[in-house]
Amino acid sequence: MEFLQNSLHLDPNIAFLIWTLLKIVLIVAPIMGAVAYLTLAERKVIGYMQIRIGPNRVGPFGLLQPIADGVKLLLKEIIAPSAADKKLFFMAPVMVLIPALAAWAVVPFYPGYVLADVNVGLLYVMAITSMGVYGVILAGWASNSKYAFLGGMRAAAQVISYELAMGFALVGVIMVSGSLNLTQIVAQQGAGIGGGSILSWNLIPLLPLFIVYFIAGVAETNRAPFDVTEGESEIVAGHMVEYSGMSFALFFLAEYANMILISAMASIMFLGGWLSPFPASWPVLGAASPLWWVLKVAFLLFCFLWFRATFPRYRYDQLMRLGWKIFIPVTLVWIIVVAAWMQTPWSIW
Amino acid sequence: MDLSLAIFYVFAVVLVFAAFRVITAKNPVHAVLYLVLSFFNSAVLWMLMKAEFLAVSLIVIYVGAVMVLFLFVVMMLDINFEALRKSFWKFLPVAGTVAGIMLVEMVLILTHRYAKIDAARIVEPSFNTASAEVLGKLIYTQYFLPFQLAAVLLLVGMVAAIALTLRKRKNTKYLNPGDQIKVKREDRVRIVKMQSEPRIVADDAAADDKPAA
Repeated sequence: MEFLQNSLHLDPNIAFLIWTLLKIVLIVAPIMGAVAYLTLAERKVIGYMQIRIGPNRVGPFGLLQPIADGVKLLLKEIIAPSAADKKLFFMAPVMVLIPALAAWAVVPFYPGYVLADVNVGLLYVMAITSMGVYGVILAGWASNSKYAFLGGMRAAAQVISYELAMGFALVGVIMVSGSLNLTQIVAQQGAGIGGGSILSWNLIPLLPLFIVYFIAGVAETNRAPFDVTEGESEIVAGHMVEYSGMSFALFFLAEYANMILISAMASIMFLGGWLSPFPASWPVLGAASPLWWVLKVAFLLFCFLWFRATFPRYRYDQLMRLGWKIFIPVTLVWIIVVAAWMQTPWSIW
Repeated sequence: MDLSLAIFYVFAVVLVFAAFRVITAKNPVHAVLYLVLSFFNSAVLWMLMKAEFLAVSLIVIYVGAVMVLFLFVVMMLDINFEALRKSFWKFLPVAGTVAGIMLVEMVLILTHRYAKIDAARIVEPSFNTASAEVLGKLIYTQYFLPFQLAAVLLLVGMVAAIALTLRKRKNTKYLNPGDQIKVKREDRVRIVKMQSEPRIVADDAAADDKPAA
């Protein structure tokens, strides 16, 4: 930013704008790359789990497959149903994708390496991700199709149910770290009696909350086994049934971008972000590094794929029961346990 | 021009436009979406006043939860706004009078010298303190009782809503989920051991010149 201001003699406001735009590109471009290769990873991982090879024709080991898929989708014709609400029909995929990318504004990659280090970072992520459901509901409504409408309705009910459990899980994290700032939440996990190792992360003391958060995250992103929104065996593809070409691809991009976001947030809040799992006193291995963060995110993303290959789809009433009658009580009880724990002399925070 | 002033005007104009469209939109779903847009813009205005916690909670609660339910309901209803607008001019005089009285009352209260609007401002948080912290300290010390009363009020509303809608139907085929999960394979399938039987070869197959196995 100093370079823009001093060497190019720009107005501070304009220099700030250009610098911010550059940082946005630096964040969004790798995410889009990760999304593309996550689709390939999914097909490969599930392929091997089902004793198949997965895509291996385009490029070496099928490495160019995502690009071929992207080109194919770009070249396809975009069709809108004649009875659709055209404006909302084309706005809906954009409204799904934008929140999935906008939430990255406050996600820190390393202390200081963050677009906006705001005080209410955690709440901001909650707020922005909760808006993604509008795109799904509107896609369902604007398509003017029964299958799509059912998908939209299911999405609305499901996301609201699981967002509550997710919010409660975050309350536990906020309590122990005493901050809504994501960088400070990670920094707090490096302190404590665990000496900055895996023992001082939020993972072990908040294990029930971590499990609830991650499973609710799977449900929020409409991934298997919670993919009743798309449920291709019951309602074809749910809200996406009328979409084709690039407008369909946007839904796809958003789903994978949301998976990466949920994994990133889970690793920041419970798995110590860029902190090493080894004690900080160890040489090299104990040092904090963004590489640890990438490894944790990659592991959680693998879990997403693993779930999809393992579990059959939930029945709708079971899904609602899990959200309301199991997850919410579990989180409420654990918040009270943690709150009581913090007041005792045995508090580790 | 100051950058934050420019941001204020942009978002304020969009807010007023969206609020106007909420009551003039022909389609109820569009009206709800304009309401969402106006919530979003007012959240940005709060953020300009350094109340970032309130701004983000407005989005979490209203945009993220309440309006989703609202949209859910509006989509299910078949409302014809045109039919509702037919008697617009008939009700305008009465509605206009009520609105006028309310406006005059609000102006009178807010501009009265005992209102002390300036004194009601909470201390502006400095750059490094979180406004969530400032707000939390106020709520749990100075405004503890009103805060708890508001919580009880919400609880009463929730209990009332559940009491109104909870009813048992006679013909419901409800199954206890615990029983469903407890089911083992042995409860449903019985595996019977039996000898394998030799295949019976049909008559016409035996008539062929192929030797019978």
